[in-house]
Amino acid sequence: RELKCVKCKEGQPVVVIRAGDAFCRDCFRAFYVHKFRAVLGKNRLIFPGEKVLLAWSGGPSSSSMVWQVLEGLSRDSAKRLRFVPGVVYVDEGAACGRSPADRAHTVAEMRLLLQAVGFPWHVVTLEEVFSLPPSVLRCFPQEPVGAVGTYKVAVDSYLQQQHALGPERAGGSPIPAQEGERAGQPCSHDPRGLAGPQPAAQTEALSQLFGSVKTLTAKEELLHTLRTHLILHVARTHGYSKVMTGDSCTRLAIKLMTSLALGRGAFLAWDTGFSDERHGDVVVVRPMRDHTLKEVAFYNRLFAVPSVLAPAMDTRAPEKASIHRLMEGFLLRLQVQFPSTVSTVYRTSEKLVKAPRDGRATGPRCLLCLCALDIDASDSATAFGAQTLDFSQTQPPTPRAEAGSPTEVGSAQDCCQGAGPCRRDDPRARVMEQLCYSCRANMKDVPSFDLLPPYILAEAQLRSQSRASQDIQECLVEDS
Amino acid sequence: MAAPLSVEVEFGGGAELLFNGIKKHQVTLPGQEEPWDIRSLLVWIKKNLLKERPELFIQGDSVRPGILVLVNDADWELLGELDYQLQDQDSILFISTLHGG
Repeated sequence: RELKCVKCKEGQPVVVIRAGDAFCRDCFRAFYVHKFRAVLGKNRLIFPGEKVLLAWSGGPSSSSMVWQVLEGLSRDSAKRLRFVPGVVYVDEGAACGRSPADRAHTVAEMRLLLQAVGFPWHVVTLEEVFSLPPSVLRCFPQEPVGAVGTYKVAVDSYLQQQHALGPERAGGSPIPAQEGERAGQPCSHDPRGLAGPQPAAQTEALSQLFGSVKTLTAKEELLHTLRTHLILHVARTHGYSKVMTGDSCTRLAIKLMTSLALGRGAFLAWDTGFSDERHGDVVVVRPMRDHTLKEVAFYNRLFAVPSVLAPAMDTRAPEKASIHRLMEGFLLRLQVQFPSTVSTVYRTSEKLVKAPRDGRATGPRCLLCLCALDIDASDSATAFGAQTLDFSQTQPPTPRAEAGSPTEVGSAQDCCQGAGPCRRDDPRARVMEQLCYSCRANMKDVPSFDLLPPYILAEAQLRSQSRASQDIQECLVEDS
Repeated sequence: MAAPLSVEVEFGGGAELLFNGIKKHQVTLPGQEEPWDIRSLLVWIKKNLLKERPELFIQGDSVRPGILVLVNDADWELLGELDYQLQDQDSILFISTLHGG
């Protein structure tokens, strides 16, 4: 049977996209590349000359993304992508129980690719979370970018600059490569000396942390959280204002359903949307969000996009091992019988709006996922309120803290509703009360917070102290 | 009576982990009554190549959802999926899309 490409009507089709559209090789390539440019063009968030960090896991989606950027930068000047890319690779082997030899092998393969791509690159190990400063958990809000006019103005002025530099320069190649070859060094030198233990000890510590987590679901969430913080830190340290991740349409549909099951419904727009501004100064964007995993796999195969497979913690895990696996199996199975499943879920995610209820969201943020805590902790009718109430009442009695601590000041009684010793004395309680509902549920599966990287506990303490001193301030003003 | 067939079976995207990490397999399918198709190839693979965890590769009489099948670099959906009849020197590629990006 002689089927023809639905687009050009001539070529022999090689792949079926969506429900029944058969594309030939060339039309598929054009379709795929166009989608990538369209997602970026439509959203107009990336300004010319902006430094963008590409998060490359070595997997197919992020590899494809890197390749699209590479191709996009080398086009003729009218259609050329105009930002300045860098790449970061995170070696997560310690959390997945990989041997040092395996990890070294994978990293070596990645380095070859990174060198071939030619952008400035940074290889970091997940162990480096033990050296992160508490400031990585803070949001640094920027002034809103403004109307579309700002983008157009920026593009025009950039083009004028390029033109003024002369034809040889304007049409020239992007940034010279090898400006930054980072070979696993810590990303910053923290003057306060939170450097942490030596590398081998850090690997052991990370291994212990993940080994102690009771469920695969919580492990995956913890891994995601730590990875995000680490990449954010690399971006901030090296002046990147954007991070691109390779999340595909399929992955985001799965993520949306998984997030709902994990109690992250309030944050879906940030977790699955094109842009995620929760950190303020660094915005995460997802340019692969219109591409399905099938399209990615076909493109990579047909056009030889290299990728490096690194077994993850869920490799070979049975289907019910975690909520993530369960959702994946559920959606992909449904997709076989109802081929519009993934796209329907995905379209829903596009409709989610991020408006905070009353203008700027300036309230407290979750310590780990950094989303705005849109809750009323004293309302026990909500799940969150019930968690909080239950939480303060089941804490074991802790010894009174030293003189001068918040527990000895009258106002502290109000904060705990007189329910016994102030929970702020207990580091675990202190962290828990600063988390959103789903992060709390996850952290319940982490038996010992002592194993967490120090920046988390440090920031929890700082926030707690700052809030305690605020309470005291209010009390003093009322008295006088 | 179908003659023996020589085909190349390849695994990618992580599927190779279920086959001792070996990506390419040169395979000779024995002659038999019925012509070889993808359906019977899968049965053969399960019996002769699959080293562990069959449920991660095969579901029912087809591949597990999330695993793509390409025959000579073309989507099997264009060729009848399980009913495609194998020809000598065909190359069948199974790509798992079930891991990270």
